[in-house]
Amino acid sequence: MSIPLSELSTYLGEKLIGRVNDPVLAYGELTVSVEPRDLIEVATFLRDDPKCQFISIIDVCGADYPSRAKRFDVVYHLLSPKQNVRIRLKVQANEETMVPSLTGVYPGADWFERETYDLYGVLFSGHPDLRRILTDYGFEGHPLRKDFPLTGFVEVRYDDEAKRVIYEPVELKQEFRNFDFLSPWEGTDYVLPGDEKAKQ
Amino acid sequence: MAETSVRNFNINFGPQHPAAHGVLRLVLELDGEVVDRVDPHIGLLHRGTEKLIEHKTYLQAVPYLDRLDYCAPMNQEHAFALAAERLLGIEVPKRGQLIRVLYCEIGRIMSHILNVTTQALDVGALTPPLWGFVEREKLMVFYERASGSRMHAAYFRPGGVHQDLPQKLVEDIGKWIDPFLKSLDDLDALLTGNRIFKQRNVDIGTVSLADAWAWGFSGVMVRGSGAAWDLRKSQPYECYAEMDFDIPIGKNGDCFDRYLVRMEEMRQSAKIMRQCIDLLLGKESSGPVSNLDGKVVPPKRPAMKRSMEALIHHFKLYTEGYRVPAGEVYAAVEAPKGEFGVYLVSDGTNKPYRCKLRAPGFAHLQAMDFLCRGHMLADVTAVLGSLDIVFGEVDR
Repeated sequence: MSIPLSELSTYLGEKLIGRVNDPVLAYGELTVSVEPRDLIEVATFLRDDPKCQFISIIDVCGADYPSRAKRFDVVYHLLSPKQNVRIRLKVQANEETMVPSLTGVYPGADWFERETYDLYGVLFSGHPDLRRILTDYGFEGHPLRKDFPLTGFVEVRYDDEAKRVIYEPVELKQEFRNFDFLSPWEGTDYVLPGDEKAKQ
Repeated sequence: MAETSVRNFNINFGPQHPAAHGVLRLVLELDGEVVDRVDPHIGLLHRGTEKLIEHKTYLQAVPYLDRLDYCAPMNQEHAFALAAERLLGIEVPKRGQLIRVLYCEIGRIMSHILNVTTQALDVGALTPPLWGFVEREKLMVFYERASGSRMHAAYFRPGGVHQDLPQKLVEDIGKWIDPFLKSLDDLDALLTGNRIFKQRNVDIGTVSLADAWAWGFSGVMVRGSGAAWDLRKSQPYECYAEMDFDIPIGKNGDCFDRYLVRMEEMRQSAKIMRQCIDLLLGKESSGPVSNLDGKVVPPKRPAMKRSMEALIHHFKLYTEGYRVPAGEVYAAVEAPKGEFGVYLVSDGTNKPYRCKLRAPGFAHLQAMDFLCRGHMLADVTAVLGSLDIVFGEVDR
């Protein structure tokens, strides 16, 4: 038995007044924003309420919007197999915000939060073991941030004299080519090289 | 006898261990032969796929998806293609959908053969992989005949599939099914009743259904624990809603049940494949295989030779690519290993703003500590085998 998302959206608005904000229904998916301090309460409600039963945590991930004051979105995808619906929770955070960890509500949040910390540097409070997970031992920086270059800062090679793998600053034999594909045919807001002469 | 001091023993399992199914490093804390704690160290195959996709156009991102779960590459592409199609608001023609379903099921069989037989190898049986890989090799040839590549196909693209299938290929796939079911029965006879295989798998790594959900399990991991949950049925995509197939479920949630579920799923996949082939040879024997929106799907080669417009579109679509309307979607498919999802955020340009790949193996592997605690050291490989881990998708 599945309940329509619009109904779920109003239901959550009634039950969690002031704790779930601006619900968005787009592409057949429901997204709600939650403040970090309300996250545990909202997640517990979603898991235990008989009309919701979001008992499965599908995914936790980050997203970076550097122009915002709170630059990170932490995005939670929950699944309710009984109701056959999905919901997306969004929490905004910056480098200092402590987002409460959901490991107490869903044990499966563990690695997903570690990954978010590793790739974005979002901090989770109450996480049992907030270590890096995907990047190398001793890695510095958070690679999925938009200000982290695609080529990274260091490269590794095996050093025959030291008889081990060593890190060195990245040295590109050829400059990284970032093609500007913005179409000159559909009108641009910048002047293409050479076009300034045409005006004169 | 003098009292000796007893201490726990730490060992490293992997990263170069054949039963680790790739580059997994498990730090095991052992009390005698009993596992006290498991700490999986992953990331040795981390290639930054998500970062790379942010710097590529939507079409250029497709081949990266092949390199995640390289046992069933097209199933991953499928999730990405579905996500992009939902943002673009385009449909795939019926023939394209059937080809996709056909190749997804081929991928499922490929992945399950690999998993079932190597799980048997992990617990000591050498024959199953030798037998299973004969059939798997034939499937890879079907991949190659459709896409030109045995593994990294880049065949499912947003809008449809890259090229139409030749009729001979569809017929050959049809002819493959019956001999395959026969060799699957042989495999069944070799393993299902086997005393050693049962001793190593029954009641090992038992998961209750509530735990399975809370740990974020999906696919065979929840079906083995008794939930009839399959995205192909519960949230159907493409033309799965029109296909007739059953969802096998387990009772006990142990390694043996998961093995049995995989075996039955292969038979069900063969059933779906047969339905696709009948349609592809019958009612849907001709027609477009990808959307006809020229602003998204590049023109075919013959059209380019004759039409200037097509040539311009070809150039534009392969350099700049298409713009995808701003928005965010989460598209999930039932990949062989579980729910593979793509969370795609678009900012209206020709490149994804964020593309999170939700890999089933990642959620399964994090429960290693929960699953193995209290088991014997030898059971770790059995549990790991039944989780169906591929490091391409875990590390991304």
